[in-house]
Amino acid sequence: MKEITVLSGKGGTGKTTVTASFAALISNRVLVDADVDAANLYMITPHTVNSEHPFEGGSLPKIDIQACTHCGDCITRCRFNALEKGPRLNRIACEGCGVCAHFCPEGAITMEPRVCGTWFNSSTENGPLVHARLGIAEENSGLLVSLLRREARKQVEATGADYILVDGPPGIGCPVIASTTGCDAVVVVTEPTVSGFHDLERVAELAAFLKVPVMLTINRWDIHPMMAERIRAFAKEKGMHHVGDIPVDEGVTAAMVKGQPLVTCSDGPAATAIRGVWQQVVNFLDDKHGPFKMAL
Amino acid sequence: MKIAVTATAADFDAPMDLRFGRAACFLVVDTETMSWSVVENTQNLNAAQGAGIQAGKTIVETGCTAIITGNCGPKAFRILTGAGIKIVTGAKGSARQAVEQYKAGELQESSEANVEGHWI
Amino acid sequence: MIITVASGKGGTGKTTVATNLAVAVGKGTTLLDCDVEEPNVHLFLEPKNLRKTPITTMIPVVDQDACIQCGACSELCHFSAITLVADELYLFPNMCHSCGGCVMVCPAGALTEGSRELGELEIGQWNDIELISGRLRVGEAMSPPLIERVKEAAEGRELVIVDAPPGTSCPVIAAMNGTHYVLLVTEPTPFGLNDLKLAVEAVRVLGMPFGIVINRADAGDDRVVRYAEEEGIEILMSIPYSRKVAEYYARGRLLVEAMPEMAEAFGGLVEKIRAAVERGTR
Ligand code: SF4
Ligand code: SF4
Ligand code: SF4
Ligand code: SF4
Repeated sequence: MKEITVLSGKGGTGKTTVTASFAALISNRVLVDADVDAANLYMITPHTVNSEHPFEGGSLPKIDIQACTHCGDCITRCRFNALEKGPRLNRIACEGCGVCAHFCPEGAITMEPRVCGTWFNSSTENGPLVHARLGIAEENSGLLVSLLRREARKQVEATGADYILVDGPPGIGCPVIASTTGCDAVVVVTEPTVSGFHDLERVAELAAFLKVPVMLTINRWDIHPMMAERIRAFAKEKGMHHVGDIPVDEGVTAAMVKGQPLVTCSDGPAATAIRGVWQQVVNFLDDKHGPFKMAL
Repeated sequence: MKIAVTATAADFDAPMDLRFGRAACFLVVDTETMSWSVVENTQNLNAAQGAGIQAGKTIVETGCTAIITGNCGPKAFRILTGAGIKIVTGAKGSARQAVEQYKAGELQESSEANVEGHWI
Repeated sequence: MIITVASGKGGTGKTTVATNLAVAVGKGTTLLDCDVEEPNVHLFLEPKNLRKTPITTMIPVVDQDACIQCGACSELCHFSAITLVADELYLFPNMCHSCGGCVMVCPAGALTEGSRELGELEIGQWNDIELISGRLRVGEAMSPPLIERVKEAAEGRELVIVDAPPGTSCPVIAAMNGTHYVLLVTEPTPFGLNDLKLAVEAVRVLGMPFGIVINRADAGDDRVVRYAEEEGIEILMSIPYSRKVAEYYARGRLLVEAMPEMAEAFGGLVEKIRAAVERGTR
């Protein structure tokens, strides 16, 4: 079993479109939507939700107003201005540090588990889909991501899947680290723009930091062929494995509007390119003497 | 000698757990008699952060001299080695088999953390 | 007045709107790059006279001689950033949320407040525009405190435009908080609408006035327009799709260079927002 995480650095590079298509090309896989802040994968992956579960992460103070003497101690101690006169909790500002509860002279505050979102077990034509929705302004997306990956491993045991495919979050922060740590390889989907290039450098730094082998594909490469060439050169220098590029194709938005992965409803240039990219990903992972082993 | 192993269930014949901080549970094993007991890790499974650190603390408190696991992050590594506990990786199969491999000298002690971050 | 430019996800043209808005208004504008994980503004507006200062956050410092190994700090800390194991006190600075609890609780006075570096604050100039941005260190997870510092650096300015991080989680809220108006940038596609709805929910939680800018307006369908009508949300501007804009963007050039006719529209945008903010405060 191999676990592959698809990342992009910058958002909007077509990462989810590519992931959904990869997922449609593998006959037995577990698919994970780890982009929990803006989950889109389910919208282009026909699925049925089998079960949904609350997601708890961190804690939140609960104030027993009956026991409170309004001394104001908690308000002064909170470094995050999460307590207002009353005392009233500003849930958004609260970090769940527990300082208010610890020092309340009346013991009027207790720390309770914080419900931050919902996660789902769903099924698709070629294997399970694990996805989630994080509540507004909720933190702990990293924890939610690791929970989803844990569920995905359980699904692998149940289904004997060959791959876990993770649609990672954008950026290089905590949820990205959570979706990448300990996976077998990363596929980075970037675009040939100055910001795409810049963010790729950041992702490369992160992958080196996490010691994960990286593959690279450039989406809409023909928007700026020179930049695409620069990105390829950069990738080579950083030891990333280039797995082919994807051209601009109007069919991409059309597939999105239909709610389907691109490769299942198109034989256009982008769909053809993605099939080729996936084949190269498989070759790279299978190559025992190739760069994959060397990167380890 | 008392050693610990991460396991996916509270059973010596359950598959070992490759995670450390978020392991399903720890089994504390007497290597002479092969008798074992369970140390729960449930609160760490869902900890927002710091699971490795808390698990490290738990293991130190059991008084074990070694821990057999799959992946150990740098924070837990610091705590375990700070307390003189050996971190042993590379085992395969059930928790029982892992301990047997250890006794047979088939496993290596790791000299550095092998995963980054606090999520596994 | 502080205007936040945000979007439910990245890649919708948030930075494009923020930079072009700042350039259209010109003199006296301060542009803040609060997308500290992936700061991008400098790629379009290359700053001159750049000054960099480290941004720090509080962490406890242990005086090992004074510590009596009581474990009070370790019990209090919800993040395991300070942990007592077998009479040995461990500090994990990058787990610390800077709540100060351990320092408050220590009975032996063994803990004091120190600091550690989260990233960098960069202040520079592009023509008449002041540029302020934050850059998070790689492998660092605590972006909200860094965003706060970036915003503090712009206090007292006349007109501030904030390029927020994408999404609807804590860093975005940190960027929006305390500003006067939120401009949500979206695309007319199913993903765009889905992410827009989440962003709208987030802004409503904060109770701030907001409006929509549709980017690549003719690339999808009319679903965003229909949604805005149903919800009574003002669409302040629509930017048409053009391959030329995409190519200019790819080269780090401005939209107003590719489509000079848009400059006026961006200028008018600020007036519309000013009017909306005034309506809101009445
Ligand atoms: S838990 Fe911490 S952040 Fe939340 S209200 Fe209490 S003191 Fe403030
Ligand atoms: S510290 Fe306790 S008693 Fe004092 S105001 Fe807060 S909740 Fe009330
Ligand atoms: S400041 Fe708060 S988070 Fe940091 S170590 Fe102390 S108690 Fe823990
Ligand atoms: S609370 Fe103070 S004295 Fe007690 S263990 Fe922590 S640092 Fe040492």
